[in-house]
Amino acid sequence: MAYSNKVIDHYEHPRNVGSLPKDDTNVGTGLVGAPECGDVMKLQVKVNPDTGVIDDAKFKTFGCGSAIASSSLATEWLKGKTVDQALAIKNTDIVAELSLPPVKIHCSVLAEDAIKAAIADYKKKQSEAKGETTVEQPSQPIA
Amino acid sequence: MKLPIYMDYHATTPVDPRVVDAMLPYFSGRFGNAASRNHAFGWEAEDAVEAARRQVADLVGANAKEIIFTSGATESNNLAIKGVAEMYREKGNHVITCVTEHKAVIDTCKKLEKQGGRVTYLPVQKDGRIDLDDLRAAITDKTILITIMTANNEIGVLQPVAEIGAIAKEKGILFHTDAVQAVGKVPFNVNEAKVDLVSMSAHKIYGPKGVGALYVRRRNPRVLLAEQISGGGHERGMRSGTLNVPGIVGLGQAAAIAQAEMATEGERLRTLRDRLNKKLHANLDELYINGSMEHRLPHNLNVSFAYVEGESLLMGINDVAVSSGSACTSASLEPSYVLKALGAGDDLAHSSIRFGLGRWTTEEEVDYVVDKLTTVVRRLREMSPLYEMVKEGVDLSKMQWVTH
Repeated sequence: MAYSNKVIDHYEHPRNVGSLPKDDTNVGTGLVGAPECGDVMKLQVKVNPDTGVIDDAKFKTFGCGSAIASSSLATEWLKGKTVDQALAIKNTDIVAELSLPPVKIHCSVLAEDAIKAAIADYKKKQSEAKGETTVEQPSQPIA
Repeated sequence: MKLPIYMDYHATTPVDPRVVDAMLPYFSGRFGNAASRNHAFGWEAEDAVEAARRQVADLVGANAKEIIFTSGATESNNLAIKGVAEMYREKGNHVITCVTEHKAVIDTCKKLEKQGGRVTYLPVQKDGRIDLDDLRAAITDKTILITIMTANNEIGVLQPVAEIGAIAKEKGILFHTDAVQAVGKVPFNVNEAKVDLVSMSAHKIYGPKGVGALYVRRRNPRVLLAEQISGGGHERGMRSGTLNVPGIVGLGQAAAIAQAEMATEGERLRTLRDRLNKKLHANLDELYINGSMEHRLPHNLNVSFAYVEGESLLMGINDVAVSSGSACTSASLEPSYVLKALGAGDDLAHSSIRFGLGRWTTEEEVDYVVDKLTTVVRRLREMSPLYEMVKEGVDLSKMQWVTH
């Protein structure tokens, strides 16, 4: 399997590896995938609650080079975007940027899922902090 | 030490220079067809083939008349299984095999099933070996063949071939073994193993690709096979087709070298394999060896590096050639079915690396691989959400994962 230079670059020099404090109300955490599938991504965003802009993003991934690259790229793109702009990121954008072959497209889909899960978690925490009833959310893993 | 390092000797092996030398004359000078009975070109080719036949027979303790040449072990497996199924169909239609067999055996068995045959796929225990009681319980009065490999290509585990042979003999059932990974590496004798059919491959024992052999017992009992390739009746009517003389000469030479050097080479590789294993364990925690260490080829190691995925590991050690049981490394996106059969769990299959050491592996290479792997595993674990969760005390087996 030949990797694109961009995938190799993200693998050798991943951007934004790490963790943000899970309990911070301005941090949204998305955990998607499953060990049995060989792909697990944890993506976190720190949102400025006044501006709705993502100030920081971090990731950790258990998965192949394309999965690592997809989630690394996602954190790069998320920084500086508003929450709504983040939700507009599509997996096909990731595929195009990294030149992912067909067999690796599912890695980009998981990255898109991770972004949406992180944003959903942030929104849930924000509404809970304001004492609002929880709105319909995609389910989060129960630890 | 030259880079990249090759440590995937189960996938294939370089042709030994001594084997190349033996083969070369048969490409241009001695190019005759071994079946040309009426001139010296044919006779010298035939002589070379018969000499190679004896070399292969010697390696497994057989009579030369019991060796037929094929295009490789996949063909040998097909010929053995389909050949027996067809020839003995009046006697029965049940075959017993094992879930960890090579695809050449499993897919051939699946084809038999499509044609109305019955196949039992025996499970394996955690150590990768079958339970002999399971085998006994699976035998019916319609069973005509037991086919179980001597050594597994992924985990290197050795099946209890002599015991299986004894059971087969007792019940009057033919016993075929895919011995591709064992022949020339560990002692193998067709009478001690009580086998009736044995598949062998040249390119796994430092011979050329495209040629293999099938041992077919001639006495006690005389095994009959229905040909799968029709034509001029070559190889005692069991396998038609002009013989690949240079390839066969190569296989013979490779067999002779293997027989002569097996004992010392086996010990040398065992020492190197144990060094690799010991050093990895010294550097890293959460390592799991897949399959029995006691009943194993001396040059194989299959290890799962928990919380790190195999393909990303391979990317990190990109100047070392090994393979992985991870789904990401397979064309079908399925994780290794052999590792699944061990009951380890898909996550460990995704984290596995197979090392196959060989004739040109050096201690320097082993040490380099250990250092490289250690660095990469540590780096990837820092990037792994699973490792993070485990360190926080989360029980991963209790997690409910969100999948697509």
